[in-house]
Parts: sequence; structure tokens; C-alpha cells
Amino acid sequence: MNKDQKQQDFRRSDRIFARLAKVAGSLILVALAAVALFLIFEGVPGMLADPDTTSIFRGKSFWEYAWPLVFGTMWAAFLALLFAVPVSLGIALFITHYAPRKIANGLGYVIDLLAAVPSVVFGLWGILVLAPAVQPFYAWLFDNLHWIPFFAGERVSGTGRTILTAALVLAVMILPIITAITREIFLQTPRLHEEAAVALGATRWEMIRMAVLPFGRSGIISAAMLGLGRALGETMAVAMVLSATGAVTINLLTSNNPSTIAANIALQFPEAYGMNVNVLIATGLILFIVTFLVNAAARWIVNRRAEFSGAN
Amino acid sequence: MTDTAVKDTAKSELLDIRKRTQSSAVWRKVKDRMVTILVSLAFVVAIIPLISLTITVVANGMERFDAEFFTSSMRNVVGEGGGALHAIIGTLQITLAATVISVPIGVMTAIYLVEYGRGRLAKAITFLVDVMTGIPSIVAGLFAFALFAMIFGPSVRMGFMGAVALSLLMIPVVVRSSEEMLRLVPNELREASFALGVPKWLTVLRVVLPTSLAGIVTGVMLAIARVIGETAPLLVTAGFADSMNYNLFSERMNTLPLFVYRSYVSQGTPPEPDISRAWAGALTLIIIVMLLNLIARLVARFFSTNKSSR
Amino acid sequence: MSKRIEVDNLNVYYGDFLAVEGVDMTIEPRSVTALIGPSGCGKSTFIRTLNRMHEVVPGARVTGQVLMDGENLYAPGIDPVDVRRQVGMVFQRPNPFPTMSIKENVLAGIRLNNRKMSKNDADDIAEESLRGANLWKEVKDRLDKPGASLSGGQQQRLCIARAIAVKPEVLLMDEPCSALDPISTLAIEDLITELKNEYTIVIVTHNMQQASRVSDRTAFFNIAGSGLPGKLIEYDSTSVMFSNPSQKSTEDYVSGRFG
Repeated sequence: MNKDQKQQDFRRSDRIFARLAKVAGSLILVALAAVALFLIFEGVPGMLADPDTTSIFRGKSFWEYAWPLVFGTMWAAFLALLFAVPVSLGIALFITHYAPRKIANGLGYVIDLLAAVPSVVFGLWGILVLAPAVQPFYAWLFDNLHWIPFFAGERVSGTGRTILTAALVLAVMILPIITAITREIFLQTPRLHEEAAVALGATRWEMIRMAVLPFGRSGIISAAMLGLGRALGETMAVAMVLSATGAVTINLLTSNNPSTIAANIALQFPEAYGMNVNVLIATGLILFIVTFLVNAAARWIVNRRAEFSGAN
Repeated sequence: MTDTAVKDTAKSELLDIRKRTQSSAVWRKVKDRMVTILVSLAFVVAIIPLISLTITVVANGMERFDAEFFTSSMRNVVGEGGGALHAIIGTLQITLAATVISVPIGVMTAIYLVEYGRGRLAKAITFLVDVMTGIPSIVAGLFAFALFAMIFGPSVRMGFMGAVALSLLMIPVVVRSSEEMLRLVPNELREASFALGVPKWLTVLRVVLPTSLAGIVTGVMLAIARVIGETAPLLVTAGFADSMNYNLFSERMNTLPLFVYRSYVSQGTPPEPDISRAWAGALTLIIIVMLLNLIARLVARFFSTNKSSR
Repeated sequence: MSKRIEVDNLNVYYGDFLAVEGVDMTIEPRSVTALIGPSGCGKSTFIRTLNRMHEVVPGARVTGQVLMDGENLYAPGIDPVDVRRQVGMVFQRPNPFPTMSIKENVLAGIRLNNRKMSKNDADDIAEESLRGANLWKEVKDRLDKPGASLSGGQQQRLCIARAIAVKPEVLLMDEPCSALDPISTLAIEDLITELKNEYTIVIVTHNMQQASRVSDRTAFFNIAGSGLPGKLIEYDSTSVMFSNPSQKSTEDYVSGRFG
């Protein structure tokens, strides 16, 4: 091979390689678009399905069928977030500002271990360990705080497999991601601000309230939203733990519970046939759109923040 | 906000606090102590489920963690006995296929973003990769189902469908971690290679990739660890099976997470053998995931000590 | 080997920003030409245009000509990759490839370009280049050790060996000693004096003594103010530049009155 030809080969390879890389990157866009398109193709017929001939509807319309699921999904995710955010903030502060520096990393790793547990294992644990463990506590709440709407209802669940238990499992599952992001952000707090506060005689908590929390506010919000995205889409743990009836209720302790979109798909899909499959995919489409929006908003906040801190 | 502005507000706020609390310096200390207790408590609260989960999985899983469990399938098994060999093989095959799909796409995308990408396409990809990490796993499964159902009809089930679904979850993780690793490669090495008259593609393949290889391997292993425990996407794609199936491209193929799920939801009478199998499957799954995490971290550690020793 | 470089009315832009303006100079073969001047005066930018390394930065471009023995490096159809094979470069900080052994580092320019060679040839080239970089004696017993295991000064000589292994015509050095201790610096300076018998050498340096010690000719670059382009102020034999420069600013700079 003479030198010029080799030269040309190289130049061609250079172009081919660059194009390959670009194709791979573009594939991500294509994949996401394909996800949306295929869900629309298969899901829209489900949305328009005839309530009388589609067995899964049991005579209701699609929206009547989907609404309790949407409500259950939001409600469970909201409850999970309510438990997970304060605890995550606490853990992140503990690791970044309280624990001795030497073991801080190890502690972070321990929390990350929670994220490594497969959701089906969480499900198993939720049913067989957590639910029986919390049931007596639920019974006590029901008996003594019955006048609070959340703890009201006809009868307390005898198994403990209520939406509250499902939300507790979800909370444990989303702890690691919220902790990881807030931890990262707390570590980025400018030393200068912290030292300024300490130098002025602030206690550790005052320093955190003045320097760390305000600095991390948008990061905390987006971490919570990413956790929310996870909780909305989590399937198996909810499908296993929750004993759902499809009711729309805010009662937390009874055996009358709403289901979630994801759990409903997991439970119904193996037995589904014909138009029922399309109905389930349609609910999946709703879930996809909701989580996409939540995640996009979270990322948008993170990125905007990154640009700001870059300008400083 | 600028630094000085922050300092000023901090200062005025503090002076304010001081004025309000001069008489109650004790109260400030008490409050500080209370927060310290609360924050430590938060950590403990998170550790409790982890410990409880570990103990129950190990304690209950040991009962059927025996030779038969790893050498037999569930074909023609009623009641006691049987094992998860078919599910373990299925998990390995499907995860391997997902890795084979995800790694080239993920690493090439990372190369595009770090070495070539500028402007709007790169920005869009970066953003969407982030968003993609948040796709619910069940949605990934439904996508794979819808894709294959359109081609093969709605009753199609095969291992490869599951692999496609898992790839969708794995690719963004691979992209993120590889991108981070490629960015760690000092620009000086690229320049050194360019200055020797090495074209860009060879510089990327022969200098940049080898330098970041350990980091990329770590990232891929963590990505595998993430998807190997996925249940929901496989539920709607690969389905359940009781027998061995070595062919990714035809028929249902069982996997370890589904084995656990199925053992629990379709218990026989008496239910004990099924529940024991579920726990043993859960223990196996956790061990696999932990091993992957451990090895990944060892690779990373080995890599970083290597670097700092020079 | 060794070629003459003629720079003809060269302007360097980063996007719309004019970084270096109107450079005319002739660099003689088998000699050392030093580029000096205060930080930000464009000397590093300029030296990178001699092997088109500046194109690594997106948006960087030049107008004007750089002729190597009469051939314009910027003529259409000339591949920058090809230019860089003829014009080698050594950087500020030693940058051996961390995944490669000492020997592999020396042969990197050949191996990375997919050129086949026999083991004998490879051994010969490695030895010849390492001898050329005054490093052979120190490393001949540990050629398979990682390049990163050497000291800073040795690493820099390894980088020089790597650059001369591909047999370039010209060797560019961008502050090659700025990250080294005085003894290593001395070793590199000795090496430069030897290398000029075979190569055209251009060296950017912040160190006035170094310029006067190693170079035959010296070019002084300066900048009128921030945001303004760097310019070649004066270019003459080193002895004239340091004893009797024609420009006042050159005299101020070489005598240490500013910069």
C-alpha cells in the first residue's frame, strides 16, 4: 500500500468513526422517540376501546378505569416522598457535616447498598416482614386517631398490606437516589460561606441553615423530583405489597386501597389478551408521559443550577 | 448571588439571631444538639430496613440454598424440591444480550459526546440520556412488547425481547459513566497523540479508550448490577417458564427475579416449598448483585491506586 | 532531514478574535530558534500553527502561509495529520501514555499509526530514539516498565524520544522545561544542543537564560494590551537580541524590566 493511499484510508476511517459515534448518539434520540411512538400506536386503541366489549373495563370507560390508577400512583408516590425527603436530607447532612470524615464515604456506600437491592426482594420483604410488623401499629392508630381522615375507614387492614406500607417500601427504595444527589450538593457548598458563618459564631445547625440549605435548595428540589420519578414508576414492590381494590380514597389503614398504574400492569398483563393489552399499554403511556415530565423538569432545574454555579 | 452578597446576608441574619437570642444562648445550643440527634437518627432509620432485609433474606434463603436449587429447573416439580437453574441461565443470557447491545451504543455515544459532540445535538442527547435514566422499567418492558408485538403478533414472548427492554434501561447508565471516565482522560494525552501524526479515530481507540478502560468496565458492571434485578420489564417480555430454554429467540424464558416473584404469587398447597424457593432465589439474586458491585468497586480501586502511585 | 520554515504574513484567529497578527519570519534548518515574550503574547499559539495543532481548539484558524521547504502547510488538500508527522512536538508537561511501557511509548507514533514493523526494527528504533534523547543508559534495563514510572525529567526526555522516533523534519518544544527541576532542565538543554545537528528546532521559553544558552536565533513576541493581538516585535540572532536589540521593548524584556 503506498503512502497516499494509506493517507486516504485514514481520512476515510476518521470520517466513518466520527459518523459511527454520531449515529450511536442519535440512536438515543431515536430510541426515546420509538418508545413514545410504539406506546402511542399500541396504546391509543386501548384509550378508544369500547367499554362494553373490553372485559378489563367492567363496563366503565377508559378514563373511569384509568383515573383510580392515576390517583393511586400519585398518592403512593407523594406519601413516599413525604417520608423519604426529610430522612434523605438528614442522612445527607449526617454524612457531609456530622459524621467523621474518615467514615463518611463508607456510610455513603452503605446507603448506596439500598439502591442495589432488586425491587422484587423489597417486595418480598415488604409482604413477609414489614407488613406484619406495622399492622399492630396501624390498629393502634385506627383505634385511637380514627377522627383523622387518613386513619379513618370501615375496618383496619388485618394484613398490613395497605397503601401506607407500599409507600413506606417505596420511600426506602428512593432514599438512596435522593440522598446521593443532596449529598453531592451539600459537599459543593462553598467553604467560604460555611467558614464565614462559623467565624461569626454560628452553631453547626445555624451554619447549615444559613449557608448549606439555601445553597442547596434547587438541588434538593430536583433530587426530590428524581425520587418522585422513581416512585411513580416503581412496579414490583407495590404490586406485591399492596392489596388493592381500586378505590379512590385517602384512608391509609384499611384494606380498601387504590392501585398504581405500574403495579396494575404487572398484575394484569400476564393474563391479558386482545384489547385488554392495549388498555394496559395506554395506562403505561400515561405513566411514561408523567415520569418524562417530572424527570425533565428535575434535570432542567439541575442543569440550570449547574450553569449558574459555573458563572460564579 | 455573589459571595459577598451571601456573606452580607449571612452576617445580618446572624446578627439578627444574636439579638433575638442573646438571652437564650442555651436555647441555641439545645437546638443544635437536637438537630444533631435528629440527623443521626435519620441515618439509623435508613439502616434499619437494610439490616432487617439482609437478615431475613439470608435467614430464609439458606433453607433452600442447596445443590438441588442450582442444578435443577422447575419442570414437573410439585411441592418440595426443584430449583432455579433455568432462571439463573435465563438471567445470565438475557443480561449478557442486553450488555452486548448496550455497551457498544453506550460507549460510542459517550465518545460522541466527549470527543466530537458540540452544539445542539450533543446538548439534546445529554439531556435525553438524563431523562432516559428515569424511564420506569415497566414502560421499557411495554415498549419492547409493543415493538415485537407489531412484528410477531401480540402473543410473542422471548428472551431477546427482555434483553431489548433491559438495554433501554442500561444504555443511559453506560453513557453516563463512560462519559465521565472519558472526560477524566487528560487532554495532554490526546495532544501528544495528535502531535505524533495519529489520526483522531486511532487516538480515541488506542489512547483515550485504553486509558479509561478500567473506569468504563466499572461503569458497565454497575449498569449490569442495576438491570440484573429488574422484574417488571421481563414480566411483560420474557414471561415465566418452568423448564430450561437456551434459545434467546424463541419461547418464554424464566429469569431469577421472575422466579422469585412467581414463586411467591402462585403458591401451591402447602405454600412453604414455594416461599422457601422465593427466598433462596432472592438470596441468590442479592449475592449476584453484591458481587457485581464489589468487583466493580475493586476494579475502580485498583485503577485509582495505580494512578496515584506514579 | 531538517527543513527551513518560512512564515508569511500569518494571522491566527480563535473564532472572530485575532490572537496573533502578521508574523513574518524564516526559521533556519539545523538551528535552534527560541520564542520569548510575556504570558499571553501569542508565542504558544504561534508555535502550534507550525504543526497545525491549534486546530484541536474548535474555531481556531489562520490566514497567511507557512512554507516548509517551499511547500505551504495550509494549502488545500494538505492533511493536518500528515503535517504533524513531519513536525513533532514536545509539550510543557511531560505526557507519556500511561497505559504503555517505556518502549511502547517510544514506538507509539509508529504503532498507533498501524504501521507494521519487525521486532528487530522496533528494537533498533527504540534504542536509537532513546539514545538520541540521552535516555538509553538510564532505561535500557527496564524498557517494559510503565512510562509513568520515570521521573519528570526522564519522562520529558521519553517524550522527546517518542517525538524523534517518527523521524520528523522539525521539532517544536512548548516550554519543555517549565515543569522540571534545574538538573533535569540542564539535561534537556544539553539534549537540545545535540538535536540541532539533525533537526530544525523551535522552542518556546519563559526563561531568558535558557533562550540565550540554547538558541541561535531569538524571536520576541509582545502584546500591546489585553484583547489585542500578539505580534512579532523583533527577530534576530540570539547574541544581537540579548546584547544590542533594536527595539526598546525587547531590551526592556530581555533585561528583566517587565514580563
